[in-house]
Amino acid sequence: MMSEAIPSPEAVKIRPARVPTDWKGEAMNRRIARRYAAERRFRLLGLCAVLVSAGFLAFLLISMIAGGARGFTQTQIALPIDFPRSPMLIDPAMLSTNPDQVLANANLPQVIEQSAVTAFGKSAGDYISSGGVAAVRKAILADPGILSRKVTITVPASEGIDLAAKSDGNEANEAAVARLEQAGALSTGMNLGFLTASDGTDPTSVGIWGALKGSLLTMAITLALSFPIGVFAALYLEEYAPRNRWTDIIEVSINNLAAVPSIIFGLLGLAIFLNMMHLPRSAPLVGGMTLALMTMPVIVIAGRNAIKAVPPSIRDAALGIGASPIQVVFHHVLPLALPGILTGTIIGMARALGETAPLLMIGMRAFVASPPGGIADPATVLPVQIFLWSDEVGKGFIEKTSAAIIVLLIFLLTMNSIAIYLRNKFEKKW
Amino acid sequence: MTGVMIVAIVIAFALIGWIVTRARATRLGIEAGRLATNSRPSQHGWYVALWTALPALAFLAVWANVMPGLIFETVLATPAAQSLPADDFSRNAILAEASAIASGAQSGAFNAQSIPLVEPFRAATARYSTIGAILAAILAFAGGAYAFSRVRPSFTARNRVERVVMWTLLLASLIAIITTAGIVASLLFESVRFFSMVNPFDFLFGLKWSPQSAAMGYGNDDAFGAVPLFWGTIFIGAIIAMVVAIPLGLMSAIYLTQYARPQTRKWMKPMLEVLAGVPTVVYGYFAALTIAPALRALAAGVGIPGASSESALAAGLVMGVMIIPFVSSMADDSIAAVPQSMRDGSLAMGATTSETIRKVLIPAALPGVVGGVLLAVSRAIGETMIVVMAAGLAANLTLNPFASVTTVTTQMVQLLTGDQEFDSAKTLAAFALGLVLFVVTLLLNIVALRVVKKYREAYE
Repeated sequence: MMSEAIPSPEAVKIRPARVPTDWKGEAMNRRIARRYAAERRFRLLGLCAVLVSAGFLAFLLISMIAGGARGFTQTQIALPIDFPRSPMLIDPAMLSTNPDQVLANANLPQVIEQSAVTAFGKSAGDYISSGGVAAVRKAILADPGILSRKVTITVPASEGIDLAAKSDGNEANEAAVARLEQAGALSTGMNLGFLTASDGTDPTSVGIWGALKGSLLTMAITLALSFPIGVFAALYLEEYAPRNRWTDIIEVSINNLAAVPSIIFGLLGLAIFLNMMHLPRSAPLVGGMTLALMTMPVIVIAGRNAIKAVPPSIRDAALGIGASPIQVVFHHVLPLALPGILTGTIIGMARALGETAPLLMIGMRAFVASPPGGIADPATVLPVQIFLWSDEVGKGFIEKTSAAIIVLLIFLLTMNSIAIYLRNKFEKKW
Repeated sequence: MTGVMIVAIVIAFALIGWIVTRARATRLGIEAGRLATNSRPSQHGWYVALWTALPALAFLAVWANVMPGLIFETVLATPAAQSLPADDFSRNAILAEASAIASGAQSGAFNAQSIPLVEPFRAATARYSTIGAILAAILAFAGGAYAFSRVRPSFTARNRVERVVMWTLLLASLIAIITTAGIVASLLFESVRFFSMVNPFDFLFGLKWSPQSAAMGYGNDDAFGAVPLFWGTIFIGAIIAMVVAIPLGLMSAIYLTQYARPQTRKWMKPMLEVLAGVPTVVYGYFAALTIAPALRALAAGVGIPGASSESALAAGLVMGVMIIPFVSSMADDSIAAVPQSMRDGSLAMGATTSETIRKVLIPAALPGVVGGVLLAVSRAIGETMIVVMAAGLAANLTLNPFASVTTVTTQMVQLLTGDQEFDSAKTLAAFALGLVLFVVTLLLNIVALRVVKKYREAYE
């Protein structure tokens, strides 16, 4: 059916007279139908590829949200405590002068355990989370008068009870939950402690504030270092750099740095910042410096594109009325390129916020039970906290991990939305 | 007086200098007339501010490095230090403890001998930081006064300030070179130390990886064979992940660029990009918690032996999904770069859209797609968190995707977390692995960029 492009003379001779193509014939119709079917199949295949990708994203997000939503709630037990009869070692007079010291020595854990046993029967001491002490302490500080009477205080339930109440526990705990429900002592509340507490050993009383604060401090260092350096480097390379070997080396190394695996930056931070400069281990300072080196090339590349997009006529006009090259750039080019640079910066920062591997290398995986006070204190960051919790054996940590992931994703989505908004709002077509 | 305060005072000096000079330059400029002035008032201000701040800050930076040594010498010269042991090691330990107590970093002393040294330490620290502050203030003032004395209408403040700005810009761009050099130097330095303990040939071609036994003192000879790690990395990153990412990414790009309506495309493309924005630790958690158990159940159900709860397949699948947007956008770019005339020619001959794509667009875009895939591979083999959380630690040389394998990055994390002694072969091995990873990703990137560039040039 196919004819050769340049038929040889013999072929022309041998070939019989050409039969006109039967466009309406059955064979041709079948052939066309087959080709159209192939077309439809191919198109469907493409659609499937997109849908599979989208479906995976949806599956990931839904499973995180479904698992994590429970991490924001907390099962609580209304615990009746009869303070006068409890084994409490407390002097109410001292309470006003030095409450922390007095309450720390007041034997509260035993008070709670005994009250629980009295109220709900044997082994009920295990129903109450270790965070119960804090709840009771808060109640006493709010109203010291309760020490002389019997009151009911709402305390967080222990990991086992919490899981059982969320229908994921073992048999003994299921039974306990049923008993507690019959007594009307169970309730579900928002777990505000999750947003204000730090890492701990008991999944019912852990929180992400410590990690979040560590992340914010680290990001502040990263931004303070990488933004000026990145913008200056982009300005130099795009506006002033002479075309020579040195400039080429700078360009090649920036493009390379953007593609270096992040874990290599962790090795760099470990070798240079920790072992050579002896900066504090697992501190936001070192984490921020390491991530800044990683973010800088992203900002340089985005910055150069934004600067390139500013039309030369603006530079010519400024030069023409007598501005110096520095004035041209800082008074005219930079303000016009700034939205683009900011978009790139936010995207780079979002990537740094989700980065885990380099921070593991510089020791930010330590157990840190209090939020960092400054940039030189030991700290952890959100993604590392997620990694640490995912390694925990306790079943209660699963929902906490998902909840922390939700918080991290909210931050990242917000940053990316701001970047997209900025791009759409300030993007100029010259 | 703390360092932060001194720096703040210097900057305040500079600010005052800026304001005063600007006012003076404005007045002088008005007196002299516009045409007689070389620079604008604020440029004179910057000139003075820079002369105030830069020498003083440079001095403080030097002083901060010199001061500890001076303090130690002063303390050693005090009578209380005469009774210290003669050998350097214990003397330094006592001195370090005393200095920690003096600065408030440590509250109690382990060594009684350090207690009498605390007071001399405090006194010396106070004395030297006061001296430093006074010298910095004098420098700031002197610099500012010198610069201020030069302010006159014809003075070329602008050129001088701009020269400083230019140097700042140049220095900022040199940071990239310094970082690259730092990476190469630190990797090479530690790797050379590693290879002085372990034969490079054994490392690159050895089949047995068990750094724990080396750490326990069984010798380094055949504990650092990295081939199982290289295989695991290639198996997960270059095979399984690409089997997922190439078809899905390529077909997504084709559908979105060739078939989808603009409205659909507008929604679908950012959504695919969200996949690239999800942090890797989230993917890792997802792979370890959801995908891996499901795969193990599947393998057990079908009857595949050796199924592990940390499988190469789980890590590779999830990594492939992570790479989809990357492959898709590279494919998108290269298909878009194929000249419209080729597409039009094919369609005019009566080919259907899919025939045009398969027989014309993809062959023409192939070099670009291949370059994109190479970049994707280089990203996949450097990826850490997914494999750390989902791929396991057993160094197996296996073809079974349901078995557990380990990768270069996993082992780097494993070797460097926990106890670190910087001299053991175990921790140094991480740097050797890092060097291999760095070189391989670098080569992949260079080759990929060259391929992409060649291909672009072909149609330009």
